[in-house]
Amino acid sequence: MLASQIGYYSLILGLLFSLVLCAVSIKDFNNIYTKINQNIFILSLLQMVFVIVSFLSLVLSFIKSDFSNETVFNNSHTTKPLFYKISGTWGNHEGSLLLWLLVLTLFIFLFLIKSKDQPKKYRILTLLFQQLIIIGFFLFVLITSNPFNYLFPIPKEGLGLNPILQDPALAIHPPILYLGYVGSSIIFSASLAAVTQNYISKEWGKHIKKWVIVSWIFLSIGIMLGSIWAYYELGWGGFWFWDPVENVSLMPWLTLTALLHCVSVLEKRAALTSWVVILSITTFTLSMCGTFLVRSGLLNSVHTFANDPARGIFILIFLFVLIFLSLGIFFLFNNENNKNVKNFFWLSRETSILINNWFMMYFLSVVLIGTVYPIFLDVISAEKISVGPPFYQKLIVPFLAPFLLFMALGPKLKWIKSKLDNKISLIILFIISVILTFILLRNLTSDLLLYTILISSAFFLLFITLKELFIKKFNNISQTTAHLGFSLLILSILFNGILSSEIITNIKVGEKYKHSKGEIFFEKIEEKKQSNFNSIIGYFKITDKNGKIFQLRPELRVYNQPMIITSEADIKTTLLDDKFLVMNLVKGNEYFNIRYQVKPFMLWIWISVLIFSLGGLMSLLKKEHEK
Amino acid sequence: MYGKKVKLRFLFLTFVLLSVILSAFLILQSLKENVVYFQSPSEIKSLVELEKKKLRIGGMVKEQSILINTTEVNFIITDFKNEINVIYSGAVPNLFAEGKGVVVEGFLKDKNYFLATKILAKHDENYMPPEVKEAIGDK
Repeated sequence: MLASQIGYYSLILGLLFSLVLCAVSIKDFNNIYTKINQNIFILSLLQMVFVIVSFLSLVLSFIKSDFSNETVFNNSHTTKPLFYKISGTWGNHEGSLLLWLLVLTLFIFLFLIKSKDQPKKYRILTLLFQQLIIIGFFLFVLITSNPFNYLFPIPKEGLGLNPILQDPALAIHPPILYLGYVGSSIIFSASLAAVTQNYISKEWGKHIKKWVIVSWIFLSIGIMLGSIWAYYELGWGGFWFWDPVENVSLMPWLTLTALLHCVSVLEKRAALTSWVVILSITTFTLSMCGTFLVRSGLLNSVHTFANDPARGIFILIFLFVLIFLSLGIFFLFNNENNKNVKNFFWLSRETSILINNWFMMYFLSVVLIGTVYPIFLDVISAEKISVGPPFYQKLIVPFLAPFLLFMALGPKLKWIKSKLDNKISLIILFIISVILTFILLRNLTSDLLLYTILISSAFFLLFITLKELFIKKFNNISQTTAHLGFSLLILSILFNGILSSEIITNIKVGEKYKHSKGEIFFEKIEEKKQSNFNSIIGYFKITDKNGKIFQLRPELRVYNQPMIITSEADIKTTLLDDKFLVMNLVKGNEYFNIRYQVKPFMLWIWISVLIFSLGGLMSLLKKEHEK
Repeated sequence: MYGKKVKLRFLFLTFVLLSVILSAFLILQSLKENVVYFQSPSEIKSLVELEKKKLRIGGMVKEQSILINTTEVNFIITDFKNEINVIYSGAVPNLFAEGKGVVVEGFLKDKNYFLATKILAKHDENYMPPEVKEAIGDK
């Protein structure tokens, strides 16, 4: 109870600090000193501390199961393990917004500390723009989604957290994803500030690149965690379903990746200035749109906590204000400095990065249209449609081949004007990739041509990056690592797609199911009692095509609060493949519905995401080191 | 006639324009082929011509209609006005039960039989897809 009070008033204080900060910075903006008023740091620090206090008091309410707090009542339960009580704090609408706010204030404070070598007016303007976003979120939390609403009479027991959210990967997925999303807010504010100050330059590019990389790393890992969770918890036997909610996280990732590349052009050549600003604005807008679509109940998913129209309208208005403001500022202040526009020679690093951006924009428009079109159609014609995975696969997969080839060749080019060296070794590598692919694929797939083209381009990229890494050690190691990771990702996704096999059947205890590649024997079931659920464990003996026998024990969990049944897949992971077994109970029936899958190279999908994030990290560390 | 710079710009713009048009065309074309329409059992009944494309049907699983054997799951979807028989083989989500809302994806065999290829998984016991809510009205 006390904790809720403290939390609520800290939030209000935090909002007041925002206003004070704005006033102080506007005053400081016009004075003659070249240094920022020290008070601004202190105010920003205090604001962050108040939001942290507010957040911690919510965490405390969750730990103590204080059901006088409405958020806790709606999302927690006394029998829940401590870990999930804590992660339940951000597993709901109110708490997750408070976390957004926390990251927003944290990042602007870090920005102020980390940008001491930047011009004063630019820093103050960034702070002001960021405070605008922060004020918007404060108001949103306080008016429409207060996490500290008081309940009376105090309920004895809470409603519990949706059991499929009670999972370690999902406990850390939101904070990491938010670090990525909110990181893009700094890029947004900073680029607007830089536009008004006419400060889009090489120095700015160098300075903002760090923030781009940080957000990009967090966003990549955040998306990966969500994907891992969907893979083993939802039991659909895949890692990406082109679900609208996945798409809204992919869209800012695509623009951020585009930005990551073209900010290097800015850093090295002071070109593409307007494009960098547009991408910065788009990335943050897409992050906000994602929040809007997910939170407003327009998209149906596990992320939709409550369908409160007031919230949707608030975010929508806020979003429009931000978009119009940023576009207004962009068109008013952005004067393309014509002296800086250098024509690109057609064969140069710049051109290859432009090509990357073109592809990214194409992928973005595919995902955007696939996600938004059904909503749009529903609003104008009340027709209900959905756009399935074939749409995305058909439009994206074929374009990956040229994309990978450019990705392999682009980094070999030099800035300004270049020619391709070592043509012969490149051609040899390419021929090796094609032959290797052809030998590997000969008997595996019906769509030989498409897959040969795709996989050989991925191999080509892989070989080139490997060669770079091991032969020319002095080269740009972070970029090479990132590209290596990406080629591995595409390779593992493609091979996973081609080689996966699946058996679905209904089976009773004690029965044997024979199929062309082996046998599944359902030995027995065992029941176990846990603190907040009862579990039914199925014992399966599986014989694979080589006659090897192993056991898998998928589990059904019947949660008590709320009463929900979830399936826990049992997965045997090796470097080569994942063996995945999940069972479902059909109510009132003795049959269990089981799904057995062999998914090759599953582990490599996660590893390769980690590798390309590592590439980002290396580039970040290198920058720090050079200073 | 024009300077080299102007020509380059022109070439660049044409290229951008062409690629935009091409991708727009591709996306729209593919969209047309790959959208899946959602219908209620009543809408199926009132169809004049049998739909050959992939469909989604939503409603309630009728009480005591689930029949299971080794390869198939059979059940009836109802919107309390009309019903349709569903024949399905594949994975069944946990929240699939009699008296609960459901969305299935597949093809019409005729106006009374639907061959489902997928039962869409849902996340939440209390959650009902808006389509289903609309399909079964206020019940």
